Amino acid sequence: MLFSKISNKISCCLNAPLQQTQAIGSTTSVALFCILLILKNHNKGPSMSPNSIQSNSIQNPRVTWEGCSVLLDINDGDRLVFARLTAGSTVKIGKKNFSLRPLIGCPFGSSFQIENRTEGLCLCRFVPSTEEGNNDQEKGGCQIMDECRDNRAIVDNNEAQTLTSEDIDEMRRQGVKGDEIIEALIANSATYEKKTAFSQEKYRIKKQKKYAPRVLLRRPSARSICEAYFKKYPHRIGFLRVDALSLLLSLANVTANSDILLVDMVGGLLTGAVAERLGAGTGYVCNTYLGSSPYPVDMVRTFNFDNEICKRIVRAPLRDLCLDQTGTSEKPDACNAELNVGTSEKPDACNAELNGQTSSISMEEMSLPSNHEAADSETTVSPQSKMGKTPKAGEKASEEAIKSWKENGFSSLIIAAPDADAWSLAKDLLPLLSYSAPFAIYHQYLQPLATCMHNLQQGKMAIGLQISEPWLREYQVLPSRTHPLMQMSAFGGYILSGTKICSSS
Amino acid sequence: MLCSDVTKKLSFGGSIKDGDLVIVYEKRDVMKAVKVSETSVLQNRFGVFKHSDWIGKPFGSKVLSNKGGFVYLLAPTPELWTLVLSHRTQILYIADISFLITYLEIVPGSLVLESGTGSGSLTTSLARAVAPTGHVYTFDFHQQRAASAREDFQSTGVDSLVTVGVRDIQGEGFPDEYSGLADSVFLDLPQPWLAVPSAGKMLKQDGTLCSFSPCIEQVQRTCEALKSNFRDIRTFEVLLRTFEVHEGKIDSCQGDEGLSVRSPPCKRRHRSSEGSAVQDSSSSPTIKVRPCADARGHTGYLTFSRLQCLS
Repeated sequence: MLFSKISNKISCCLNAPLQQTQAIGSTTSVALFCILLILKNHNKGPSMSPNSIQSNSIQNPRVTWEGCSVLLDINDGDRLVFARLTAGSTVKIGKKNFSLRPLIGCPFGSSFQIENRTEGLCLCRFVPSTEEGNNDQEKGGCQIMDECRDNRAIVDNNEAQTLTSEDIDEMRRQGVKGDEIIEALIANSATYEKKTAFSQEKYRIKKQKKYAPRVLLRRPSARSICEAYFKKYPHRIGFLRVDALSLLLSLANVTANSDILLVDMVGGLLTGAVAERLGAGTGYVCNTYLGSSPYPVDMVRTFNFDNEICKRIVRAPLRDLCLDQTGTSEKPDACNAELNVGTSEKPDACNAELNGQTSSISMEEMSLPSNHEAADSETTVSPQSKMGKTPKAGEKASEEAIKSWKENGFSSLIIAAPDADAWSLAKDLLPLLSYSAPFAIYHQYLQPLATCMHNLQQGKMAIGLQISEPWLREYQVLPSRTHPLMQMSAFGGYILSGTKICSSS
Repeated sequence: MLCSDVTKKLSFGGSIKDGDLVIVYEKRDVMKAVKVSETSVLQNRFGVFKHSDWIGKPFGSKVLSNKGGFVYLLAPTPELWTLVLSHRTQILYIADISFLITYLEIVPGSLVLESGTGSGSLTTSLARAVAPTGHVYTFDFHQQRAASAREDFQSTGVDSLVTVGVRDIQGEGFPDEYSGLADSVFLDLPQPWLAVPSAGKMLKQDGTLCSFSPCIEQVQRTCEALKSNFRDIRTFEVLLRTFEVHEGKIDSCQGDEGLSVRSPPCKRRHRSSEGSAVQDSSSSPTIKVRPCADARGHTGYLTFSRLQCLS
C-alpha cells in the first residue's frame, strides 16, 4: 500500500516534473527521486503493460476512493482531465496547482470550486443551487418575447471595462471571492446594460469560467472516456465516436458470460467498453493480435475495474487461437516480457505529445501496478515470480480458455483496427467464431469494408451483411431558441456487421 | 437469447432443440421468429420446411425445403428480435437503442426503470445490458400490451431479467418501492415532462435519465422540467446511413464502344462465383459502394440528463 502511494507520486512527477517538490513529502524526496530516475531511465515513463488499478475491497462505485481514476470536467467541458485521486495528486487550474485530496470520498457528479480557506486556496465542494438556474431560465423565457435591445450601440474599442487587470489582481490578493469579482466587472462595464439578455448571460458565463472556475467530478465510463478522447485526441481512438462504439457493442451482442474476440487497435477503449458490458462473470474479452506484440490497451486502466473484471480481460496471439495449431508451441514468457517493453515505448511518445502545452486534456495515466511491475522486472526477470499476484487486465489467456475457444468458438467478434485491412483480418478471425455468431468491424474508410463485405458474400461466410455509418447531431434546447449545434462531428466511421453461418451442408 | 445461464451459452453446444426460438432468415429484411416444435412445419415461398429436420443442427445452418429452397436458422439476438417482433406500437431501432444504453451507462447489475413498454424492442436490449444480476422494471398503462410483452419476454428468454407492470407512469409516477434505487430511467411517453419529478425521485444521485420523443415541442417541455434538479441536459438525434455494394466495371471513357453499349452492371452479384464473371476487356471489375437510396430520416430526439448530487 505504501509503495503504491509512492509510485503514484512518482507518476505525478513524470507527468509534471515541476511539481515534484510539492507532490513529494520532504523526508522521502531524495529516495523517491532516485526511484523516479530509475524508472525514467529504464522505462522512459510509466510502463504501458495493460494493467489497471485494482481495488481489493468492495467499493461503492458512486463514491470516489483513494487511488481511483476520475475524469475532471473543468468549466463545463472546456477542459477534461483524467486523474487518479491520491493525497499527492494535483490539477492545474489557471496558473495554480490544486490538490485533489478534497475530492477523495465525494460522490461522482459532485462539483467543486476554488475557495480561500485558512490553509490557502483549495478546491471545495459546493452544491449548485437549482433555484438559480430555474429563475434565469424563466427570465430568459419572458424576455425573448419583448427583447428590444440589440448590438447597435456596442463598439469594440476595448474601453467598456474600467477595471484594469491590476485592480483585479489586487482584489484577488485581498481574498475577494470569484463571484464578487464578477459582480465588480459587471458593475464597471459600460456596455453590460446595453447587451441583450442572452449576451449578458454569455458575458457572465465567460467571466465565471475565468474568475470562479468549477470542477465537476465525473466517473470514467465507456461513454465519458470515449467522448473525452474523441473531443481532443480522436486519432488515439481511431476516430471511433461514441455512437459508433455503442453500435459495435450492440451489433456484436456483447453481454454477460459471453466470449468476445477483439482486435483492439484503438488504445484499449474497445476492450474497456466490452469489459464494462461483460462485467464479472464467466465470459472473456480476448484481445488477439498478429505477430508477437500485443496492441497497447492502456486505456483500460482509466476504467475502475475490480479484480473480477480484470481477470476477464485477456490476450492471445492469433497463431495460438487458430484451429490448425495443434501443439502447444508456446514461446517462453521471457520473449513476451521483452515484447512488452518494446511496445511500451510507442504510447509514451503519445503521452509526451499529450502533455504538451497546447493540450487541454491531460491524460494523466498514472499507473501504480505497472510501475510496480516495471520496478520488479528490474530485479527479477523470472516470469515465475509473477505467479500468485492479483490478476491484471490483459494477461495471457490460459491454455484452458484457449482450448475451450478452439472447441466451441467465440460468441462474437469486434474489430477496430483503423490501419489494418478489414478483409485479411476477417478471413482469419471469422473461422474462430461459433456458428450464428454476430460480428462487427469498424473502419475509418469505406472501401476496405466494401471489399470485405463482397468477399464474405462470395465466400458464403456470413449473412445479414450491412455497412452502416452512424450520424449524430446534438441540439441546443432553450425556450424559443432550439436548433442543432453549430458545430458537429461530420464523421464517426463505418461499421460492417453480419452473422457467421455454418459453411458445411 | 441471453447467456445469463452459463450452461446455455451459445458457444457451448449451439444446436437447435425442440422448443427453441429461431430466427428464420430468407434474406436481409425478410426474417421471421419461429418456435421450433417437432411436429410443425414452416411454409413460405420457398416451399415447406419440417421443423424436425432442424433439430440437432447447429444455429447458423442452412436448411432445405421440400422443393429445394433454403433458409438459414439463426440464434436470436436483441438486434434480430427488433427486426422480427410484432409491432404493437412504434418501436425503437438499433441506432437509438445502442446509443442510449451506452449513454445511460447501463452495465451488468444496473436497475433500470422504463415506461412505456410498447412492443418491448428496447426492453430486450436493456435486459441484455443489465444481465445477469441487474433488473429492468418496465411499465405500460395498456393491460393487453403489457401481457403480450410479458409473453414475448418469456419466449426470448429474458423474463428473469424483466418485470412488466401495468401502470400509468405519467399520471401516477413510478412505484415508491424503487425510490432512490434506480441507476437509470428511460421515458418514451407522450408527455414525458409529467413523469420527470417521479423519475428524479427514483434515481440514485448522479443517476441517468433518457427521454425519447419524436417531436421537438415535447423535448422543449421535458428540458424545462429537467432543469429543476437535473444537470448535463443534452439532446441528440442519431441516425444510420446504410450502403450497398456492387461489383461491376467502371468505364474508362476511352471511346471503347464495346463498353459504352453494355447494359447496366448487374445489381447484386452476391451469389455469383468468381468464375462466372467473364471478362471481355483488360479492365477488371471493381467493387463499388454507395449509400442506399432510402433511409429513415427521423426517429426521435434523445434527451439525456443526470440527477444533481445534492448531498
